Amino acid sequence: MILDGKAPNGPIESTWDRHRFEMKLVNPSNKRKYKILVVGTGLAGASAAASLGELGYNVEAFCYQDSPRRAHSIAAQGGINAAKNYPNDGDSIFRLFYDTIKGGDFRAREADVWRLAQVSNNIIDQCVAQGVPFARDYAGYLDNRSFGGAQVSRTFFARGQTGQQLLLGAYSALSRQIKIGTVRMFPRTEMLDLVVADGEAKAITVRDLVTGEIRVHAGDAVLLCTGGYVNVFYLSTNAMGCSVTALWKAHRKGAFFANPCYTQIHPTCIPQAGEYQSKLTLMSESLRNDGRCWVPKRKEDCRKTPNSIPEEDRDYYLERKYPSFGNLAPRDIASRAAKEQCDDGRGVGPGGRGVYLDLKDSIARLGEQVIRERYGNLFEMYERITDENGYKVPMRIYPAPHYAMGGLWVDYDLMSNLPGLFVLGEANFSVHGANRLGASALMQGLADGYFVIPYTIANYLARTRPGKVSADHAECRKSVEEVKGYTRKLLSVNGNRTVTEFMRELGHLMWNHCGMARSKESLSEAIARIPAIREEFWQNVKVGGTGEEFNQQLENAGRTADFLEFSELLCRDALDRNESCGGHFRVEYQYPDGEAKRDDENYCYVAAWEWKGIDKPPELHKEPLKFENVHLAVRSYK
Amino acid sequence: MSDHTSEHRTMTLKLIVWRQKGQNEPGRFETYVARNITEHHSFLEMLDVVNEELIREGKDPIAFDHDCREGICGMCSTVVNGVPHGGQERTTVCQLHMRKFKDGDTIYLEPWRARAFPILKDLVVDRGALDKIIQAGGYTSCHTGGVPDANSTPVSKAESDYAMDAAECIGCGACVAACPNGAAMLFTGAKISQFAALPQGQVEAPERVAGMVNAMQECGFGNCTNHYECQAACPKGIHVKFIARMNREFLKALFRAKSGSHTFIGEGQD
Amino acid sequence: MQLLSSAIGRKVVMAATGLFMLLFVIVHLLGNSTIFAGPNAINAYAEKLQSLGPFVWAFRLFLLFMLFFHVIYGILLTLENAAANPGKYAVKKMLKATFASETMIWTGLLLLAFIVYHLLQFTVRVTPDVVLGNDAKGRFDVYTMVAGSLKIAPIAMVYVAAMVTLFLHLSHGIQSIFQSAGLSNDKALPQYTVIGKLLAVIFLVGYSAIPVLILAGILAK
Repeated sequence: MILDGKAPNGPIESTWDRHRFEMKLVNPSNKRKYKILVVGTGLAGASAAASLGELGYNVEAFCYQDSPRRAHSIAAQGGINAAKNYPNDGDSIFRLFYDTIKGGDFRAREADVWRLAQVSNNIIDQCVAQGVPFARDYAGYLDNRSFGGAQVSRTFFARGQTGQQLLLGAYSALSRQIKIGTVRMFPRTEMLDLVVADGEAKAITVRDLVTGEIRVHAGDAVLLCTGGYVNVFYLSTNAMGCSVTALWKAHRKGAFFANPCYTQIHPTCIPQAGEYQSKLTLMSESLRNDGRCWVPKRKEDCRKTPNSIPEEDRDYYLERKYPSFGNLAPRDIASRAAKEQCDDGRGVGPGGRGVYLDLKDSIARLGEQVIRERYGNLFEMYERITDENGYKVPMRIYPAPHYAMGGLWVDYDLMSNLPGLFVLGEANFSVHGANRLGASALMQGLADGYFVIPYTIANYLARTRPGKVSADHAECRKSVEEVKGYTRKLLSVNGNRTVTEFMRELGHLMWNHCGMARSKESLSEAIARIPAIREEFWQNVKVGGTGEEFNQQLENAGRTADFLEFSELLCRDALDRNESCGGHFRVEYQYPDGEAKRDDENYCYVAAWEWKGIDKPPELHKEPLKFENVHLAVRSYK
Repeated sequence: MSDHTSEHRTMTLKLIVWRQKGQNEPGRFETYVARNITEHHSFLEMLDVVNEELIREGKDPIAFDHDCREGICGMCSTVVNGVPHGGQERTTVCQLHMRKFKDGDTIYLEPWRARAFPILKDLVVDRGALDKIIQAGGYTSCHTGGVPDANSTPVSKAESDYAMDAAECIGCGACVAACPNGAAMLFTGAKISQFAALPQGQVEAPERVAGMVNAMQECGFGNCTNHYECQAACPKGIHVKFIARMNREFLKALFRAKSGSHTFIGEGQD
Repeated sequence: MQLLSSAIGRKVVMAATGLFMLLFVIVHLLGNSTIFAGPNAINAYAEKLQSLGPFVWAFRLFLLFMLFFHVIYGILLTLENAAANPGKYAVKKMLKATFASETMIWTGLLLLAFIVYHLLQFTVRVTPDVVLGNDAKGRFDVYTMVAGSLKIAPIAMVYVAAMVTLFLHLSHGIQSIFQSAGLSNDKALPQYTVIGKLLAVIFLVGYSAIPVLILAGILAK
């Protein structure tokens, strides 16, 4: 099937404005008759729930954490982009649009990206009005910094905690609506099924994580704002609770999963210290502005203390391989280069999975004080975790998965192929293409929640009668029974291996076979091995306790079970995409110098997969991508 | 600097952990042994190791709240040896590392204890009361859209930095857990101070402070007796000056109410 | 009334009433110090005070009023706070709280007891040790009365103990006044703390000097 993203035609500059006019509206007095279910309260979910509640819709919001303020958006450090052009350095909506399309390696829908760039300015206004304390200059105006993938300074920031401040802004707006009563909040509640009645998404089945109660919430539309899935690699910078569960349940009910193979690996994370560790901590990429990456030239030097290795025995591999960009090579290239050195047996630190990031030369040139002012908090964080003083010995870094560009397929209205199911933020696939630029994730979450969904949801609701499906609808009752059965099944296996052991095994497989560099062989092997792990999981997993209580083992078991299914789709998508682009690197498809080789002739499309059952391969649907405003070009950093 | 070229020495620790099945169940301490712990384990990774062991033995693992494990989400909440988050300066318990302990140490693990935070299970408490305080006024009532350009109102760098200092609060509730009075003054004070410093927060300032202080009381938090334990335990180092600022804002609001320039929320309610 | 019912209002009441009593403690120390200048000075000072008549009574009533609120709210807040933190930790390590800050209610109640005793002794003058009489100039002889009582070792010890209690109460209480009344910030708070402790020491030394010196036979031989 050829999918239609329903992006408006005509001049790109006016697509969103025209579409806003053409969309249907819901009469103010009718809004309260519609109930909207919002799953997830990160930037996208909180801003959507708050804005929809304010418009007068009847909103119910859900999160698995104990408070909507804790979603993982909070961990974003760097900043948020907007085309304000406050520094007068040549930025514009078109430039932000252009940079995002190019940064995404030409795998995103133009109209969606244009809209993102257009509303980016409103986001900054909105956040300031909410009291978000963005950094300011001495005149009292907003400050900007530059960020990767752009030649202008368009990134707004709040110290190293921009995500936190933006999320708290959205959370405050949400809190206001909760107080007024337009939004009902259900914390510590996890979505475990999507109910589709007569072809439309109308309800969700959830588990109360405190009491274990499984119940259904029926509404008129469902918004999934549940973030990304890179915890499928076990090792990642995501929060422990991040999972693919909500998306996967929707996928199993018919929602198409688009481009799951586009995953972003961040090059500057603190390496894993031992097998027990799954959470990796990211350090801002800005360190590479003043640091040099190296590994010992000889394998036998790897266990020596770094300061004892003389200059001539060090391999500054990024400078060697990419003489013009050197240590500032883009994320994917720097990540892969680090992996190559470690695969070559020249990695450092525990398990040989690390490279040095050395600021010695900058410290000598600028003085420790200057470096401390620039990166003091990062050095502190590094020391807290590793007990090593980065000013005295080079820091060890290693790449780690940290963002998913892929997600459920949505049209221009952010609605999936299932009517009534909307997907926002990292959970959808729409604007980042195959690679996300720094400081764009926060922008997308808030754009979707504050400025897109409040308009586009009406376009759907205006065509549907409120309250079509209630909690006692046959499909709802069936869903509750299914979820209860599934929970009982998880609890009844009573095998010998813990959930974490399975997740670790799956993660290793995914990281090694479908991580930074993928090949036909590695992917085929993964696809062959995943079902075996899955099978063993259902034979041999050990989940204690009962379903009627606070049971973190059960929560993890459910999430792992979904990763065990989803991982296969991720590998299939990666295998199917016979090109390298953005975060997807196939070793067969590269230029002699190691650059990713895109194939616009055959793969300039969105791959949207349809679930066909656990034992059947998924069906691929394509949405062709047209580039009328930005011309397809090779993304080169030489 | 640790020498990562040699094998890590491992530690064995005795954990004395508060176990409680549910909110209205009695709790008690149980003793566990954590084995094969290296200095590189974070505190919560050490608990993961213990829990894996418990699960294998068919026992109920220790329930504890955690999520981001990088010290920003505010979910983790364990009192370690009598100090919320374990007492390393500006560090959440998820970022506390085992090198701060010695082989053979005995470690007490307890949940946040305060009337306003009922225990749900083991080390997990319900901090919904903090959300209620924010709902009572921790926002500006601006609509989505229809706001002025972000640069239309300059804010001095000093005021903006002050607001950011206050806004860094991660809402973990360590201040409440550390307070001998189970008070949420630092949490509430920080939010009120953030808005008090910004022009966007001025319009609703009196209603905000009245509403939030009222909510604080209704949720069952105690009063401030200026021990400053909250600041000492705060993983973000939020300063008690924000409590003083809240007190000042409260008095300002009260006097403005007396002079009739606005009504004081809470007065005449209930 | 928000000032009396809200969590912060009550703390402001504690601060304000505490402040007035602090001012009295300062004035009282200055008045007491006249004893070092000999019988004539303190007796003259006492007579002057008495001659103010209604003002003295107004002042006394005002202070009584302050004391009443301070005590009532102190007890009320302590009870509320105990209720807000019912589950005590098996292990609790204080990082910043001091013995003084943790014992405010007890030092406060002890001081209340002392105030009652002190008033009965030297204001109402009904305790058995009190020596009543007039000096050569026909004024009431405060000097002899005070010296007479404080020569008795147990009484002198009670006074010194009370002043140690006052020291504890004020070493935490003075900076608390400014913090609770919202007059503090990060720069001022350490200064208030130093000033508070300094004043508390001055009160301890100044007030205790009288019983100690009398007991030691240096003053009022």
